[in-house]
Amino acid sequence: MTKLILSVSPHIYGKRTTQKIMLDVIIALLPAAAASVLIFGPRTLLVIGVCAAVSVCSEFVFEKLCKRENTVYDLSAIVTGMLLAYNLPVSIPLWQAAFGSVTAVIVVKQLFGGIGQNFANPAITARIVMMTAFSGTMTNWIYSATPKTPDAVSSPTPLIAAAKGTTSMMPSYTELLLGRHGGCLGETCALALLLGGAYLLIRRVISWHTPAAFIGTVALMSLICGKDPLYQILSGGLILGAFFMATDYATTPPTKLGKLIFGIGCGLITILIRLRLISQSLHV
Amino acid sequence: MRLHGIRIPHKKNTAGMEPVRIPVPGTVSIPMSMHIGKPAKVTVKKGDTVKVGQLIGEADGFMSSNIHASVSGRVQKIDETVSSDGRKISSVVIESDGKQELCENIKPPEVKDFESFIKAVRDSGVVGLGGAGFPSFIKLGINDLSKIDAVVINAAECEPYITSDTRTMIDKTGYIFKGIDAIRKYMKVRRFIIGIESNKPEAVKELVKYADDTEDVEIKVLPSIYPQGGEKVLVFNTMKRIIPRKRLPIDVGAVVINVTTLAFIGEYLETGRPLVDKCVTLDGSAVKEPKNVIVPIGTSVYDLVAGAGGLNCHPKKVIYGGPMMGIAVPSPYEPVLKNTNAIIVMDPKESGQPKTTPCIGCGACTNHCPFRLDPKAISRAYKLDDCEMLAKLCVDICMECGCCSYVCPANRPLVQTNKLAKKKLKEYLSERNKVREGKNKSD
Repeated sequence: MTKLILSVSPHIYGKRTTQKIMLDVIIALLPAAAASVLIFGPRTLLVIGVCAAVSVCSEFVFEKLCKRENTVYDLSAIVTGMLLAYNLPVSIPLWQAAFGSVTAVIVVKQLFGGIGQNFANPAITARIVMMTAFSGTMTNWIYSATPKTPDAVSSPTPLIAAAKGTTSMMPSYTELLLGRHGGCLGETCALALLLGGAYLLIRRVISWHTPAAFIGTVALMSLICGKDPLYQILSGGLILGAFFMATDYATTPPTKLGKLIFGIGCGLITILIRLRLISQSLHV
Repeated sequence: MRLHGIRIPHKKNTAGMEPVRIPVPGTVSIPMSMHIGKPAKVTVKKGDTVKVGQLIGEADGFMSSNIHASVSGRVQKIDETVSSDGRKISSVVIESDGKQELCENIKPPEVKDFESFIKAVRDSGVVGLGGAGFPSFIKLGINDLSKIDAVVINAAECEPYITSDTRTMIDKTGYIFKGIDAIRKYMKVRRFIIGIESNKPEAVKELVKYADDTEDVEIKVLPSIYPQGGEKVLVFNTMKRIIPRKRLPIDVGAVVINVTTLAFIGEYLETGRPLVDKCVTLDGSAVKEPKNVIVPIGTSVYDLVAGAGGLNCHPKKVIYGGPMMGIAVPSPYEPVLKNTNAIIVMDPKESGQPKTTPCIGCGACTNHCPFRLDPKAISRAYKLDDCEMLAKLCVDICMECGCCSYVCPANRPLVQTNKLAKKKLKEYLSERNKVREGKNKSD
């Protein structure tokens, strides 16, 4: 007689898996990578590659050492690596990028129990660690209008330019949209990031609540504080943060109302840092 | 406001197929418990000859139901078996003589008023045919009829595969409206709402045809979002009323009745033939020719499948009911019950369960729960034995629809844990009440 499986309902399952979600995030990050190669040159790929590879390796080795189940297949380590790379300047020494990846995956993610258990976004926390550790190389914004020329020049990010009042160095809206200015390698091209964000929304990997509340708050607050809202939205890591970081499942609220409140909070803190802290630190 | 739910594949492959009868099986095994409540008392003994419709199990106490012979023949034995929910029950095994002779005393019941109507429903042996198996005469036997604002007829049939209700609506529309007439007349109800999912256009067409002659029957076509047929979901979506925790539809003025149950009542009032046959949807990846079949209650899955064209491979899982809430049965010799509306036979591929991975905190479970429960938190509280927390998280209102488990990208056993948590909370609360009572006594 054939043996029948006995199990509790339900007996069918949806097709979405963690792996597919992470794959969607990777796909959504690709346009920004392509834009970055055009803006900052091929070294972009090297930085992204090192971050992703080191992230995956650290996850694999750590889980082996701790005799935990291998979770590399869920692709989340690659997402962490890519997001970290997007937060680094293109000129970052590769060993520093590798250090950041190890910090993100082992310290922030694995020490707290692995995927879903981390208390903060691994990539952004690693960026903060690196900012403190390597403040020189982390703020070396190199930008050249023609990346192939060897004599690339240092260029301030639009926000720093604006804060310093050096209006001559402030890029136009078009340049902001295309990302032709100094900055971290994945954050400059607003157009590519919006494309990726739209993909995530269409695939329902993220909901509109957090990005809308985040960007909306920044726009509203800039208006109130007498700044150009469009300029504030398009510059800096706002769009990367709103679509890819503030929507991180493990560290943000799951409900719609929670997402809205969280997004507003993100927006307020962003404006506070931009209008108060950046200008103050520059004037010192 | 709209309740959450999920879009699942409909797979209503058999919606267009009129039910067929298959040859009468050699034997049928009729359990004495096919309803919620106390098992019926066996009224026949080994060697007795019985005819179709003859009483073989008498309702024992208030919360019970009559059971009738579904084939004519000889009682082979009274078997002691274990039902799919683990209870020990007796079953009457009847060897069929193949003649299907009808019992002589079957005649239309005499119904004059509310009491005789409820008695007729009780005599018919009908229980909730949507799957719950709650004795219908108790549901309809409401003490204070003025409490009823409307009867909601559940025609959602929101589970994949199942089309037996769809067929009722297409083939037995007249009986549905006979049932409505009876309830209108004897229970003084002035409003009927038929809640039906939009994926059954043919059934809607039939219903509309009949409803045109009435003034108080409203057909509400609802979006095909599972679990549309959940009692509380349906009452909200049709009447915009919320059934509070630990309350029943009647507490908000509604009586919810399955469409096939209603059609059966209509038919019984006309013919007096008790509940002995069942239209069952046979489908699933292992079934060669999916179809709707009418079989005597007590027919084994084996006989049903063999009579309906067989399987195309070795079955791996047999489900009574739909794939979202149905019960997997341990053997292919399980009998068809009163409340069996579908039998799904799955091949190894379809019955495969995806691997469970760590929770990523995406919130899909909460965001798809019709009642907005938090299965993730419930799982945690269950693991920690935190029953106060389970009570706070309202796990007791979980209807076990399975949306959370279906959408979980980590394939975590969420609804499964909810079921365990419900049990744990119930035990905890009864224990606590006992302790409190003891204290009050000693005071």
